[in-house]
Amino acid sequence: MSQHFKKKKASVSANDIPTASLPDIIFMLLIFFMVTTVLRETTVQVRTLLPEAEALTKIEQKRLVSYVWVGPIKKPGNELGATSVQIDDALVEDYSVIRTVMYRKWSEQPKLIVSLRVDQTSEMGIVTKVQQELREAGTLRINYSSKRELPAN
Amino acid sequence: MPLLKKKQRKSPEIPTSSMADIAFLLLIFFLVTTTIDVDTGIGMVLPPKLEEEIDPPPVKERNMLKILVNETGQVLLEDKPSQLTLIRDEVVKHVTNFGADVNYSERPGVAVISIKTSGKTPYNSYIEVLDEVWMAYFQIWDNEARSLGFPDYATYQESLGPDAENAVREKFPAAISIAEPDDTV
Repeated sequence: MSQHFKKKKASVSANDIPTASLPDIIFMLLIFFMVTTVLRETTVQVRTLLPEAEALTKIEQKRLVSYVWVGPIKKPGNELGATSVQIDDALVEDYSVIRTVMYRKWSEQPKLIVSLRVDQTSEMGIVTKVQQELREAGTLRINYSSKRELPAN
Repeated sequence: MPLLKKKQRKSPEIPTSSMADIAFLLLIFFLVTTTIDVDTGIGMVLPPKLEEEIDPPPVKERNMLKILVNETGQVLLEDKPSQLTLIRDEVVKHVTNFGADVNYSERPGVAVISIKTSGKTPYNSYIEVLDEVWMAYFQIWDNEARSLGFPDYATYQESLGPDAENAVREKFPAAISIAEPDDTV
């Protein structure tokens, strides 16, 4: 009887899952996710060097946000072109397109916040035009995207 | 010969029991240090589209603080050349006047800050001015929250429920008007 018991015990311990390769599996998973994660889907074709400000508010709900980029076009060889507007993945040629695109987004999400990522060097004329289009579309909640200013000494 | 035999029998093994811990430590380190960049910015609400026939509501001259920013980022405050650093105090004075000075607002509820730019004003200058105006309001709100017994406005805001009325903002509503440039290209 006791012999039988002993035998069984031995066989159980032999069937233990080897845990030596567990860290390798974790590493593999980690590396896999690190490699496959895409952080930004849209490629921004304009340079947006954001201004700095103190009076910042955080946008908590990221899914409400829609971006509009305004800035000089990035050209090959570190050159910059004329100031343009980009929504989603495409540059906007005609400003009235903003109205249609934003109206469609607004009808899907009435709480939409439009984050304006405008380059520091852009002129107010173009920003105003974009804002007028946003008013036409009815997307009134905007956010001038800016970085945190380091406190002046 | 016996020496060689001894060497062969010894199978060198790296201890692998702590590998998992190392992996977890790395994982936790990256979890903690990674900042999924939070969007920060200056929030504004644009005025709704105006009907052609209806004129915008009139605002009394004394209730409006006009700020003009030109092409080179110079500031004109109530038609007088001024500096960026003076805006904040001027806004605070204007809003918290309570009718004391005839040049400033009658009461905070009707005070309006109007920012006007030119079509060629750099965006950066505009944001700098807007930031100063907002900072002035933050300062006013902080003071008001302190008089209600809170250390600052942020703490007061957190103490409010989701549907509770914000008494501070009720008393000092931020009315910032962005005027259209005359020379929109």
